[in-house]
This record gives sequence, C-alpha cells and structure tokens, in this order.
Amino acid sequence: MISSFTYARPKTLQEAVELLAKPGARAHAGGTDLLGCLRDEVFSAEKVVSLSGLSELKTIVPSPLGLHVGALTTLAQVASYKPISGMYRALAEGAAAAASPQLRNQGTLGGNLCQRPRCWYFRGEFSCLRKGGETCYAYDGENQYHSLFGPGPCFIVHPSDTASPLVALEAKFRIAGPAGTRTVDAEAFFVLPDAEVQKENVLKAGEILTEVFLPAQAGLLSTYRKVRSRGAWDFALAGAAVALVVAGGKVAKARVVLSGVAPVPWRAKKAEEALTGKALDPAVIRAAAEAATAGAQPMSGNAYKVDLLRGAVEEALRAIA
Amino acid sequence: MTEKDGKEGCGDGCPHGVSRRGFMTRVGAGTIGLGVAAAAGTAEATVHEIPPGEPHRVTLTVNGTTHRLLVEPRETLLYVLRERLGMTATKPGCERGECGACTVLIDGAARYACLTLAVEAEGHEVTTLEGLTKGEEPGAVQRAFMDEDALQCGYCTPGQIVAAEGLLRARPDPTLEEIRTGMSGNLCRCGAYVHIFRAVKKASVLRKDAGR
Ligand SMILES: Cc1cc2nc3c(=O)[nH]c(=O)nc-3n(C[C@H](O)[C@H](O)[C@H](O)COP(=O)(O)OP(=O)(O)OC[C@H]3O[C@@H](n4cnc5c(N)ncnc54)[C@H](O)[C@@H]3O)c2cc1C
Ligand code: SF4
Ligand code: FES
Ligand code: FES
Repeated sequence: MISSFTYARPKTLQEAVELLAKPGARAHAGGTDLLGCLRDEVFSAEKVVSLSGLSELKTIVPSPLGLHVGALTTLAQVASYKPISGMYRALAEGAAAAASPQLRNQGTLGGNLCQRPRCWYFRGEFSCLRKGGETCYAYDGENQYHSLFGPGPCFIVHPSDTASPLVALEAKFRIAGPAGTRTVDAEAFFVLPDAEVQKENVLKAGEILTEVFLPAQAGLLSTYRKVRSRGAWDFALAGAAVALVVAGGKVAKARVVLSGVAPVPWRAKKAEEALTGKALDPAVIRAAAEAATAGAQPMSGNAYKVDLLRGAVEEALRAIA
Repeated sequence: MTEKDGKEGCGDGCPHGVSRRGFMTRVGAGTIGLGVAAAAGTAEATVHEIPPGEPHRVTLTVNGTTHRLLVEPRETLLYVLRERLGMTATKPGCERGECGACTVLIDGAARYACLTLAVEAEGHEVTTLEGLTKGEEPGAVQRAFMDEDALQCGYCTPGQIVAAEGLLRARPDPTLEEIRTGMSGNLCRCGAYVHIFRAVKKASVLRKDAGR
C-alpha cells in the first residue's frame, strides 16, 4: 500500500498554492502518474493536494486570439473537443496517442505535462542523479529507451505526448504561484538536465500550471506522429509534432518538435530551416526528415531510434502536404 | 513497512488479509499522524483536509447505492471496493494502470480503480461489474461475453466487460477499429482478444435490442 499522507482538497487556487508551497506537498490532478510514483516510492508525499475542487481549471474558453484550455481538462476531452482537433490537430492527436482509454479519461493535460520520466532506473530502486544520487545508471547500462539529443548528464526522454505538439503550436503556459501568476512559452517550460537534473520543468514550490493557451494562427497546419512498440499503452520510442504555416503554396513558418528522443520536447531547427520558404514536395520532405536527425548522439542501445525518427518526421510532413 | 506488506486486495479468501492489514495500517498511522496534525490545523476552515492514517468518513455512490464508510486518504477505490465493501468483481492486477483488471466506470467513463483514491471518488457515480447485472440476470455485455466465449481463465473479464460498457455508452455502435482502440486499455494474458472484440460487437446489438 502507499505510505500515509495528509489529503487536502482546496476550493480556491489561492489555497492550493499556499498548501503546495509547504515542503513535502504534491499536487494531485488525475493522480494517474502521482499514485504510481508514490506506490513505487519514486518520491514521497507528506501531503497530497487535490486540484479536483478547482473548477476554474476545468474550462475550455475560446477567445479571438486563441483557445484557453484549463490544466484539468482530461486527455480524452483534449482529443475529442472539436475546436482543438480542428485548429490544433497535433495536440488532439498527441492526446489521443497517449496511454490508454481509461488513463485518458482520468489523466489531465496539466498532469501529462508535469508527469515524471519513465527511465526504468529512476522508476526502480536506483538512487541516480535525478533522485539526488551520484551517477546515471543508463549511461553505461540499459539505455534502449533513452535520449538521442541533449547535453546530459541525465538521458531521460520526456514522456509526454502533448508536450511536443504544444511546443510546435507555440502554446503558452499560465502558472499560478506564491508570487502571483506568470506566463511562459511552452518551449521555455521544460528544462534540460544540465540546468536542473532533478526537475523536468520550471515550476517552483507552490506553483501550479493552470492553463494552456493556444494562439490562433492563420494558415496553421499541424500533426503528430508517434512510433511505439505496440499500438496502445506505450510511450513514444520516437515521435514528431509538426506545425506549419503555409501561404501561397510555400512554407512560411515551420516548427518540427521531436518526442521520445530528448529530455525535453526537442526542436529540430535544422529541419525547420530545411522547410522554410519551400514547397512541400517529396525531395524537401526527405531532406527535412534527414535534417531532423542531425546532431543525434545514440547511446549503446538506442541507435535504432534514429531511423524511427526520420520516418516519423517524413510521415508527419507527408500527412500535411 | 506498510506499503510492501499486504498487497492491496491480495484476493478472495486471502488467509492473512484484512485483520493484519488493518493492524499494520493503524500502527503506521499513529506515528506519522502526530507530526502533521499540527501543520494541518491552520487551513481547516475552508480546505477539506484529512490527516494521514485517520479514518475519514466519506460517502461513496456505488451502483446507485450510497455507502457511508471510513477510509484513509491513501486507500484506493480498488481497495475500498474489495476490502471495505466486499465487492470483489473489480480485480487487482498490476495496480499501476498497466492491465485494466480494475476497470470501473466513474460518471459513466471507464477508469482504473487502482489509480483512483477513494476520497477522490466522493461525489461521483461509481459503477462496477456488480452494477451491470439485474439481480441474477446477466447484463447485455455479460451475455455477449458468454455467447461469444470471450474468456479463458476469466481474470481479466470483469475489467473487459466494464470497459466495454463504458465504450458502448459513449459509442453505441462502434466499428471494429473503434472497438480495438476502445478496449486497448485492458490486457488479456490468455489472448482472448478476437473473441472479446466479437463480444463487444454483439453486445452493441443486444444493448440496442434491450432499448439502451
Ligand atoms: C501505463 C501508463 C502508460 C502511459 N502512457 C503514456 C503515453 O504513451 N504518453 C503519455 O503522454 N503519457 C502516458 N502516460 C502518462 C499519463 O498520460 C499521465 O499519467 C497523465 O497524463 C497524468 O495526468 P494526471 O492528471 O493523472 O496527473 P497526476 O498523476 O495527478 O500528476 C502528475 C504529476 O504532475 C503534477 N501535476 C499535476 N497537475 C499539475 C498542475 N496543474 N500543476 C503542477 N503540477 C501538476 C503532480 O504533482 C504529479 O507529480 C502513461 C501512464 C501510465 C500509467
Ligand atoms: S537517465 Fe536520468 S533518470 Fe535515468 S538513470 Fe540516468 S540520471 Fe537517472
Ligand atoms: S490493477 Fe488497475 S490497471 Fe492493473
Ligand atoms: S481470460 Fe485469462 S486473462 Fe483474459
């Protein structure tokens, strides 16, 4: 059984922030990742602060400038809500490709973005760097599900299937905390392990991700491709979110953001350059897919991901073209 | 000590079950409880707060019946259904969201009871396999599973049936592809998938005939 904790269900955001600012407090959205981590003792919680009483985090509000999606929106809602699947298809496809139907009914967008990594050493009984230990066990160990990109010294891949689409769509994340609210670009929300090895994002004690804002962009086309070892219930081995603004038959703006291959949603800037200003013909698509793998540094067990990645980018671009 | 001991719902007729688990729980709670109670005091007026180990009164609606019972914050819905309410149709498997044996409906949508705290289910409608029968009469999905021989050992079956019910409530007439996707959160180690998919299709017909 899970170790004992105090459970609190605040009714206002302010109260939630105050409770979460105390050491040992953990936010509970859908609980699907939190309870797994507590059960496996990946970390502990003195207090579990349930966000389920905060109805203001459950709304989806359209505005002329874009779409405000509350952090407690479930993945199932994100996947099926028409304005998302229409205008921001990559996000709907990412949410639909995550986990299993039951987990999508329960897991929230905010929780999906803040979930902890799946590195099996981290999830197992290893005191590695990310848990405050001295070494990375994956570096010389079993690393077939680890990263191709990133500076080290930890080689996780970010587990979220909604993170890369959101970076591609230039989403903004709204954060409430003890010092008030702030907004960060999706891209700047995630942190690399050389900056901060025990955290995956910029959230400080007491801070809650409250809303994801999707800006409206004319001519925006997007999609998400995920490669996994079985058709459901599996994290990405490699994936690609692509968002393009196409005008007059040419790519005016491109974002290619990789998943399953880096500790953060990874922008393939060489691929973006290879697309910008061009028409999406087969040769351009192939060149961009090749460019997406530039700089990959496979470890002993994960070189196979380079080919998967190239294929994922190519498929995503073909789906748009 | 508490978490490695008594694996949740170690099963029907588990010889060392409830009483030892209850004992361990109380010992664990006493020691931790003291420290946190003081800190908890301040926010009490507006925040619904339960100290660790303290049995707390919750009201759960399961299959349309209201149950008032005492639970600890850390107890999952799976544990409470089986060990407190004696409703053992909902099965423990992985207890990590990786198998689907514990599938229940919450407000009509399929979810894993192993990853749901019982305190979080308060105020929601919980439906278990027991709730899909009418007395001794099997429900439409159960009937279809029997007709199509959609099981071997049967351990995954309660979860499969509840997942199918959740799918059919959302999509009364699913295609095979929708069935495959909709049932993809339930593993069957006997590999009865082909029969399961057929049973879900059949259940969609039976449900329609029954006017649901
Ligand atoms: C078997 C299995 C397979 C899975 N496969 C996939 C997959 O293929 N792709 C994928 O993307 N995901 C996958 N997941 C992860 C799943 O999608 C996440 O567990 C889920 O999205 C988390 O949402 P939640 O609301 O349940 O989060 P919770 O479990 O409640 O929270 C997760 C973490 O984020 C923190 N948190 C939650 N909400 C907030 C917030 N608003 N502000 C600040 N912090 C917050 C919590 O403190 C906790 O640490 C899988 C999970 C399981 C168990
Ligand atoms: S990859 Fe990161 S999480 Fe995994 S063992 Fe290395 S340091 Fe730990
Ligand atoms: S026991 Fe809940 S999913 Fe396996
Ligand atoms: S029938 Fe045996 S596990 Fe499914």
